[in-house]
Amino acid sequence: MADLETFRNETRSWLEANCPEEMRQPVHDEDDVYWGGRNASFKSEAQKQWFEACVEKGYTVPAWPKEYGGGGLTAAEAKVLREEMGRINARPPLSSFGIWMLGPALLKFGTEEQKKHYLTEIARGEIRWCQGYSEPGSGSDLVSMQTFGEDAGDHWVVNGQKVWTSYADKADWIFCLVRTDKENKYQGISFLLFDMESEGVSTKPIKLISGNSPFCETFMDDVKVPKEQIVGEVNRGWDVAKYLLGHEREMISATGGGDRATSLGSAMSRQGELDAVLRAEMAMFDVDALAFTAMSEKFMDELKAGKGHPAQPNTLKYAGTELNKKRHELIMAAGGSRSLEWDSEESDGGKPARSWLRTKANSIEGGTSEIMLNVVAKRILELPGA
Amino acid sequence: MALYHDDDQAMLADSASQFMAEEGAIAKQLRHWRDCECKDGFGHELWKQFGEMGFAGMMVSEDDGGLGMGNVEAGIVLEEIGRNLTPSPFLTSSVMAGTALGHASADLKERWIPGLVSGEHVYAVALDEGPKHRPETIATKAERSGNGFRLSGSKDFVIHGASADMIIVAARTSGGNSDNDGITLFAVPKDSSGLSQDAVRLVDSSVATHLKLDGVELDGDAVIGEVDGGREVLNRMLHAGRVGAAAESVGVARGAMDLTVDYLKQRKQFGRLIGEFQALQHRAAHLYSEVEIARAAVLKAQQLLDAGSEQAELMVSVAKAKAGRTAGLAVREGVQMHGGIGMTDEYDIGLYMKRDRALSEFMGDAYYHAGRVAQLSGY
Ligand SMILES: Cc1cc2nc3c(=O)[nH]c(=O)nc-3n(C[C@H](O)[C@H](O)[C@H](O)COP(=O)(O)OP(=O)(O)OC[C@H]3O[C@@H](n4cnc5c(N)ncnc54)[C@H](O)[C@@H]3O)c2cc1C
Ligand SMILES: Cc1cc2nc3c(=O)[nH]c(=O)nc-3n(C[C@H](O)[C@H](O)[C@H](O)COP(=O)(O)OP(=O)(O)OC[C@H]3O[C@@H](n4cnc5c(N)ncnc54)[C@H](O)[C@@H]3O)c2cc1C
Repeated sequence: MADLETFRNETRSWLEANCPEEMRQPVHDEDDVYWGGRNASFKSEAQKQWFEACVEKGYTVPAWPKEYGGGGLTAAEAKVLREEMGRINARPPLSSFGIWMLGPALLKFGTEEQKKHYLTEIARGEIRWCQGYSEPGSGSDLVSMQTFGEDAGDHWVVNGQKVWTSYADKADWIFCLVRTDKENKYQGISFLLFDMESEGVSTKPIKLISGNSPFCETFMDDVKVPKEQIVGEVNRGWDVAKYLLGHEREMISATGGGDRATSLGSAMSRQGELDAVLRAEMAMFDVDALAFTAMSEKFMDELKAGKGHPAQPNTLKYAGTELNKKRHELIMAAGGSRSLEWDSEESDGGKPARSWLRTKANSIEGGTSEIMLNVVAKRILELPGA
Repeated sequence: MALYHDDDQAMLADSASQFMAEEGAIAKQLRHWRDCECKDGFGHELWKQFGEMGFAGMMVSEDDGGLGMGNVEAGIVLEEIGRNLTPSPFLTSSVMAGTALGHASADLKERWIPGLVSGEHVYAVALDEGPKHRPETIATKAERSGNGFRLSGSKDFVIHGASADMIIVAARTSGGNSDNDGITLFAVPKDSSGLSQDAVRLVDSSVATHLKLDGVELDGDAVIGEVDGGREVLNRMLHAGRVGAAAESVGVARGAMDLTVDYLKQRKQFGRLIGEFQALQHRAAHLYSEVEIARAAVLKAQQLLDAGSEQAELMVSVAKAKAGRTAGLAVREGVQMHGGIGMTDEYDIGLYMKRDRALSEFMGDAYYHAGRVAQLSGY
């Protein structure tokens, strides 16, 4: 405990010295956070400074081992760091699918060589990853996917199409589910990694209702993937895929409380007087949001201690995303007609409306709410036939 | 601090769970006392067992002869009470009066604490003066008289008032009805002259009283804490009572949910177990999610309270509101998913519905506490 207090004090002074003032503000929008990658650029000098300071300490991925570019912190220390960053509203220095999704899967399933290579790149923000799971005919029923990898000796030749590949046009590499055995449904999928610049890979952006195009259709046309670029064993990619989905669900659910430091009701009431009934709904929302924050904290603590039900990320994902959608409904209501503006400078390019629309995907991406409820019913409540 | 029970707390949870399932079971306690129209609404034998188990005095400091435990531990016992609908004076006596007595003079402690620790005595708290919880406003007066005080006024819905050996009364010694200052807490013995109570049975078979103070004369040493400065201790008592009631609500929610999920696995219609219907599966899974959230919120509030954190007050209201709403959902879904038999007295699910109704009013309902969350957050 005494050591933890020392660590807290050190962390506090380190943050004081290294986290620029500009980086101590809630994240409003995706590019408020640095995503890394070959073609990435920083939004500001402060963002760059903060990122570089964290890379040096391993604080882009504080709990990963030092030999892979992490901070080597214990669970308790990582929690202290999170608390101290939360206290000053520090932005994450780096966000990426590599950190949330691929990293944890590599830590569990990767070879030593893969860990050294890929994890270090992720920690240093050098390579940006995208996720190739969904296909036009395979969404919730992911295991029905068809993209096929033909065995060609020292490599596979991959053909097929993925869809909803977030940031495929900005990503450098993809982790991709590829069928390597047509006879076996679950045990016929391999988890492959390849460069998006490989010959035969092309992407086509899809425009969303929010007006942005953050995701794409991804086409694979005779793409050669060397055999060493597989995570886990051949035909056992489903285990890796599922493990990764658990982390994805945690990450998506983490948005549920929204900006933890402030109450939605108090933020909205500062913009203008709230109607009595809306104020009441805000109050109930704040109750739900603060309670949910406790649940995520409890979940994280249990996870680190190896307690808790393995299907709990599904609960968290369901609750967190439904809450976030509610949050943006209330923000729209509080803003009134002002929040309808679509491209004005004052609305920062229609931020409230676009964010509101974007949150609707929260309960779809990474597994829909209905699928989450199915999993909870089956694996936690053990209801029949689920 | 990690947000889960540590090893000692987990052990306590095991023994409380076993004890309550055996001794505090619905058939043995709630139904028994209800059906014999017991005037207390609970059994004194069980209360003495609470003493033997160390539960009754668990929040009393070790110096004063108790176990020196906190709100987390009391909450563990309360969650089991909630799951089994065990009627007992634990919340008013051990948690609320126990918290207040911690701030009392040595004489008062000597007089009232041993009886609490052993489970011989029952205590009640008389705060509200109407059908809704509004402790901000206290009109009951205490005027100086000789070297003591003279209390007059009335209190409503004093749970276990009729069974209590001593009642903690919040009265006004100065200022206007809604002033923060000017409150004083008194330990009023049951046989005080001028004290009268009208007992009423509530929907959950518990017994409350409408209490009248008609010039009740008390010595100066009946005061708990400071004269005029009672708000401080009152608030501590309220926080402990609220987070305690929230823990019991979580127990009620879990009890109702478990019963219902079991039923979904037994009842067949259309040639299938009704638990196979997705319409019910999704509602059950949503309920599970809410219960998990409420549990976490309650534990967080208990930990903050025990750590003396500034955040505790806000989180206590979050916990009381969330647990109340969740238990309400659990009992409504429970009765509905039981179909016709959910409406029968023979099945326990209806008893959960009744207990939830009473518990959610106790120490402020979800509307009251959501309002406090707004207020404490500055809007
Ligand atoms: C913003 C966004 C980003 C995404 N990013 C990626 C990405 O980077 N990589 C990637 O691979 N995928 C990504 N996805 C895809 C996402 O994983 C799928 O959209 C999701 O799994 C749902 O599949 P679907 O869209 O085919 O819907 P469908 O599976 O067709 O579902 C349609 C509706 O039916 C319901 N439904 C389906 N099955 C059941 C059932 N058994 N019981 C009850 N209801 C059911 C669903 O809940 C939904 O409401 C993204 C999606 C979005 C919206
Ligand atoms: C006060 C009262 C008075 C009544 N009076 C009469 C009367 O005078 N005469 C008479 O004949 N009957 C009477 N009934 C019976 C009433 O019609 C039945 O209770 C009702 O039809 C439900 O059947 P059940 O109770 O067997 O519940 P079940 O059918 O066992 O249902 C249990 C739960 O499962 C759900 N469920 C069942 N099937 C499905 C499905 N396919 N999909 C999704 N959910 C499902 C139900 O909605 C319910 O929530 C009365 C009931 C009550 C409570």
